[in-house]
Amino acid sequence: MSAFTTTDFRARPPGRALAFWTRLRRGDEVAYTVTLTCALSILAITALLVFELYTNSAETRHKFGWSFLSTSVWDPVAGEFGALPFIYGTVVTSALALLIGIPLGVGAAIFLAELAPAKISNALTFLIELLAAVPSVIYGLLGIFVLVPMLRSAEPAIRAVLGWTPLFSGPFYGVSLFSAGVVLTIMIVPFIISISREVILAVPNEQREGALALGATRWETTWNVVIPFARKGIMGSIFLALARSLGETMAVTMVVGNDPKIHASLFAPGYSIAAVIANEFTEATGGLYQSALIELGLVLFGLTMVINGVARLLVLGTTRKGAA
Amino acid sequence: MSFHRFRRKATNAAMLTLTGLCTLIAVGTLVFILGYLFQHGGRSLTWNFFTKLPAPVGETGGGMANAMLGSAKLLLLASCIGVPIGFLGGVYLAEFGRSAFSFVVRYTTDLLNGVPSIVIGVFAYTLIVLRQGHFSTLAGGIALGVMMIPIAIRSSEEFMRAVPLSLREGAMALGASKTKAIFTVVIPAAKEGIITGIMLDLARVAGETAPLLFTSYGNNFWSPGWQHPTAALPVMVYNYAISPYEDWRQQAWSAGFVLLMLVLTVNIIARVILSRRGHVAR
Repeated sequence: MSAFTTTDFRARPPGRALAFWTRLRRGDEVAYTVTLTCALSILAITALLVFELYTNSAETRHKFGWSFLSTSVWDPVAGEFGALPFIYGTVVTSALALLIGIPLGVGAAIFLAELAPAKISNALTFLIELLAAVPSVIYGLLGIFVLVPMLRSAEPAIRAVLGWTPLFSGPFYGVSLFSAGVVLTIMIVPFIISISREVILAVPNEQREGALALGATRWETTWNVVIPFARKGIMGSIFLALARSLGETMAVTMVVGNDPKIHASLFAPGYSIAAVIANEFTEATGGLYQSALIELGLVLFGLTMVINGVARLLVLGTTRKGAA
Repeated sequence: MSFHRFRRKATNAAMLTLTGLCTLIAVGTLVFILGYLFQHGGRSLTWNFFTKLPAPVGETGGGMANAMLGSAKLLLLASCIGVPIGFLGGVYLAEFGRSAFSFVVRYTTDLLNGVPSIVIGVFAYTLIVLRQGHFSTLAGGIALGVMMIPIAIRSSEEFMRAVPLSLREGAMALGASKTKAIFTVVIPAAKEGIITGIMLDLARVAGETAPLLFTSYGNNFWSPGWQHPTAALPVMVYNYAISPYEDWRQQAWSAGFVLLMLVLTVNIIARVILSRRGHVAR
């Protein structure tokens, strides 16, 4: 240390330069610049990503313009590309996943945060968070070989209850929008549970005590006081789950049926944006075909960016962790 | 007891039971998934799986040794990109960050983290494969590396922030420069957490399939160097699962089982370490 100070003395330039020179010798300026560069690289990568997707989809953007998003003919041989069937499939499967996943996930989160003893709650949350770490291709594997046969045998029961709606009409081969929705549900529920639980746990205890003191039952306290208090964070967790399910590729590709047409029935096969990119990208010969798939990637990117952006703003500050 | 009161109590009991049921379904799914994979994948796993190359169609046997080496190479390359950038970026956010700019960086990081993995794959394709004209390990590694950065940044930042300010003040009071304080006091104190975070990050990208489909593509043989397409475990699971051959499907189960065991082991170890240190497991 003493040698360090002596050198400092000898090499002392006057004025403002001193501060800079000393900081440079001590490595502060270097460390600052290097770490700043790394932080900036995040912005650079994101910008580069947008740039690459945008320039490489120029061909279809010029040829079809906005009608790319609103036409439903997908015929690579004839060179006609409309993204509507994929957007439809993506939205329908995700909506189905949310429809089943929200009550299930929020219900479980309420149980884990409000009712279960801390030890059991932590152990179960540990298990549920492991579920979130399972790679999506494994869900696809289970989807093809376990879920699809199961749904096929459950088909008569589903038809008996819901068969009167046009949503469950037509033949059922197992692979379908419905199967994809169910697989997505299984994948997003752990997200909803673990973030919602955090948010509910972060509600101050005074809120509960106040309601209970006024004579509310446990459920009334939870439903009328705790949940409204945690509403923003729970909404955030749902948006995060939605963003994940919109972009989910492998599991959906394996069970959705891969049929680029719009069917009203959930029992019919469909297609999603991510699935068509995964399936057809390596076969895409010719600039226009590839350009169309890259534009689909751009659409998916934009969609998830917006939803994630909203989600982060909602979750930010409502959990103990900050952004999850 | 009045009817009104009875109704309130009944609602209370019914709804609370219902939430318990939700939990049961969620946890039950996990137990089912694990049990099924153990039973199905573990059974068909043989030593050949780890040592042999994939067998040609029609022949039984064979393994996925090349896919395992391929995955290891991809992860190595990904770490070479993701870990330094992520770690140093995390140092910036935790130690040097000014409010407005670091908010932008943090927000962008979270957004990049939410970009679907298939889109990252398209990005790596346009960036590397399109320019070079062929699939390669390099392109796959870069795709996974880009995916690693956001989590590496956020977890490094979080663990360094958790180091008490008094430690930094102590170091600086003894005459250490800011850099010296960071590298000799703060980082060693946060070391365990940072490493655990990176292990979790690796476990996540190890299971990624979508970004590899058209970057590292696939290969039935060993892949020398970095410029050739390579097999990877998750891609093999996918390709074999959708194949029409019963033998291949069996192999897909084995590969899925190995993959899941790797990912879960890392996750369990990491979470135990974190909870022992009193951090909230992520």
